[in-house]
Amino acid sequence: MTTNIRYKSRFMKSEESEDKQYVGFATLPNQVHRKSVKKGFDFTLMVAGESGLGKSTLVNSLFLTDLYKDRKLLNAEERINQTVEITKHTVDIEEKGVKLKLTIVDTPGFGDAVNNNECWKPITDYIDQQFEQYFRDESGLNRKNILDNRVHCCLYFIPPFGHGLRPVDVEFMKALHEKVNIVPLISKADCLTPNEVKKLKDRVRDEIEHFGIKVYQFPECDSDEEEEFKQMDKELKECTPFAVIGSNTVVEARGQRVRGRLYPWGIVEVENQSHCDFVKLRNMLIRSHMHDLKDVTCDVHYENYRAHCIQEMTSKLAQDNRTDSPLPILPLPTPDVETERLIKMKDEELKRMQEMLEKMQQQMHEKDQ
Amino acid sequence: MAATDVDIFSNEEKRNLSLGGHVGFDSLPDQLVSKSVTQGFCFNILCVGETGIGKSTLMNTLFNTMFENEEASHYQNGVYLRPRTYDLQESNVHLKLTIVDTVGFGDQINKEESYKPIVDYIDTQFENYLQEELKIKRSLFNYHDTRIHICLYFIAPTGHSLKSLDLVTMKKLDSKVNIIPIIAKADTISKSELHKFKIKIMSELVSNGVQIYQFPTDDGAVTEINSSMNAHLPFAVVGSVEEVKVGNKAVRARQYPWGVVQVENESHCDFVKLREMLIRVNMEDLREQTHARHYELYRRCKLEEMGFKDTDPDSQPFSLQETYEAKRKEFLGDLQRKEEEMRQMFVNKVKETEGELKEKERELHEKFEQLKRMHQEEKRKVEEKRRELEEEMNAFNRRKVAAETLSLSQPLKKDKDKKKSVNTENQSGVSFSNSKVMMAKANMEPLNCQSWWQAIQCCTCLVHSDAWRQGLF
Repeated sequence: MTTNIRYKSRFMKSEESEDKQYVGFATLPNQVHRKSVKKGFDFTLMVAGESGLGKSTLVNSLFLTDLYKDRKLLNAEERINQTVEITKHTVDIEEKGVKLKLTIVDTPGFGDAVNNNECWKPITDYIDQQFEQYFRDESGLNRKNILDNRVHCCLYFIPPFGHGLRPVDVEFMKALHEKVNIVPLISKADCLTPNEVKKLKDRVRDEIEHFGIKVYQFPECDSDEEEEFKQMDKELKECTPFAVIGSNTVVEARGQRVRGRLYPWGIVEVENQSHCDFVKLRNMLIRSHMHDLKDVTCDVHYENYRAHCIQEMTSKLAQDNRTDSPLPILPLPTPDVETERLIKMKDEELKRMQEMLEKMQQQMHEKDQ
Repeated sequence: MAATDVDIFSNEEKRNLSLGGHVGFDSLPDQLVSKSVTQGFCFNILCVGETGIGKSTLMNTLFNTMFENEEASHYQNGVYLRPRTYDLQESNVHLKLTIVDTVGFGDQINKEESYKPIVDYIDTQFENYLQEELKIKRSLFNYHDTRIHICLYFIAPTGHSLKSLDLVTMKKLDSKVNIIPIIAKADTISKSELHKFKIKIMSELVSNGVQIYQFPTDDGAVTEINSSMNAHLPFAVVGSVEEVKVGNKAVRARQYPWGVVQVENESHCDFVKLREMLIRVNMEDLREQTHARHYELYRRCKLEEMGFKDTDPDSQPFSLQETYEAKRKEFLGDLQRKEEEMRQMFVNKVKETEGELKEKERELHEKFEQLKRMHQEEKRKVEEKRRELEEEMNAFNRRKVAAETLSLSQPLKKDKDKKKSVNTENQSGVSFSNSKVMMAKANMEPLNCQSWWQAIQCCTCLVHSDAWRQGLF
């Protein structure tokens, strides 16, 4: 992996040049590496989109396993009034000693019913639930084994059959862009010629900007990164949203066995960069930006949720005067606007009455005289 | 038309005769054909499918022309239909083609009402034809028939099954129009997946009782081809208007990095089959079916709604005329009743208003009376006061006279008192008091005057001096 090589090379350089003043904390990256391998990683990926856009196939292609062996698909009749469910599949996979606990959250039924009003509500509720769970665990007394079920990334599948984003796509992304990292994908890209792909990508990018949807942004490279990395990063950014093709089958193409789709007019190779952006997606999601996705979830989305939660709780406390919250929170001394006004009124009244009293006293005084 | 003719023939006795020579009525079909060619043909297609699924492109590909079409946006509030009529000509046959597009279908978040505009449009076309048929002076032979002959339903190539919206819409349309389901953008499904997909779709349609159009298999010449085509439904099509060089020909195709999908290659997609079935073989049958089955059904329902029946409760054949007369009488009776009601209402209202007006009049009258009385009261009071005043004046005069007779032998002081009391009386008595004082004065002080003229002058001077007036003496 490129990251390994980079760190190792730095380590070597410093050892060679400065022997006397060498302290040794340049080995920190290695230590981090070792500890993290021991601990193992976890990642939660959510896939969302209408039925039949190739979500399961893509997940299988990404992680080179078959997660959806015994799946039952509903008929059209059954789907007329279907509600959205949330299903979770967890797998443990290992590669070169690095363990990954992968959780895939699926959303069957999204956008399938005839009336799809608020069909994203179960999804937002699920994400909030995970945040709340983590919040409670984090604020508990025993924090040794916190399970992190927060959703780190949401792949949203846009159908390639239309002219751009549809209202249901826009509504879904707007409901979720502040809670989770959204990565929009153009699915089943083998029905689009290269020109059409470009047109659709431009269209989707414009519409995302127009509607103010905050999709996941790749972090800017540091200026001291290698040129190759910077180039890769630039290409990645220009390619969004990725146009992907997935496949469950292996076919023979150009003398090799590759994952692909066999058509009478040719063979589509999933891992061929000129056919689709699958490789770019895989690199981004797994090989370079997985940890960044986790960080953004922890630092931005979760913190927003937490701040919002605490604010609500304290305002409630000030009103109800109850102390049965799970956290030891001090009631903030900020007075209400309402009470301040009342205090002011009462002050004025008192002042007026005092003045009147003085006047009367004076009058009486004069009269006596 | 043809159906009833056959019935008539079967009731009567008929015998088969053989001809002795060539008569020539075998040219009847040709006469019919030449008549229809001069008349021109008319065909109406309705394309139902999501925005961007390829409806316009397929139409362009089918008819090998570029119909003008702008891309529709995904953000329509509802579904609306966009009919466009074109005049096409091939050899000497004129075709008046109307293509109706559904704009905004499948884009809304709540699609429960999506089918309504489509059904309404189809019904409106039927209604227009019915109205024309029922007219007294009608011209059916040059009436522009806008009834939809065929509905092409575009199914999205998900590879799993029909969408719920598709099922609901097709169920609503199957009794009103001939439906041919098509799998659009079929270059995204591989052969094996396509086979499974087609089977799934057909089984879903059958299990939900959706009646799609079956190519007719009772017409000798085309039975074979039609029955084989029926097995290929729904057709998986690819549309394209761009040409790509394959071999040494330029064919309509889509160019991908991994290959070229040729539209007219039967192993790539079912476009050729669709074109055969739709245009080259069964166009006339579609028109007939629309008229004989769907339109008749609509007409029957509509007329039954209006109350017309073929047989009355006694199972005697009714004629349209009698029913019509009965309806007319009913209608007139209704009208009369309504008129009566309205008249009643009007009369009631008038009475009410009259009553109110009377009330108001009475009130006004009362007020008037009241005012008059008040007026009189006032007058009386004023009169009284005047009388009092006059009495006072008289009393005063009498007192004055009495005082004069007394004052001849009274001292000054009494005058002073009198003056004081006089001055406190009302002002009308001021002049009297002055003259009184003057006379009193005249009696007291003898004037030192030589002659009576001088005496008068002195008196006048005295009177005119301010001191007199004020009575300060």
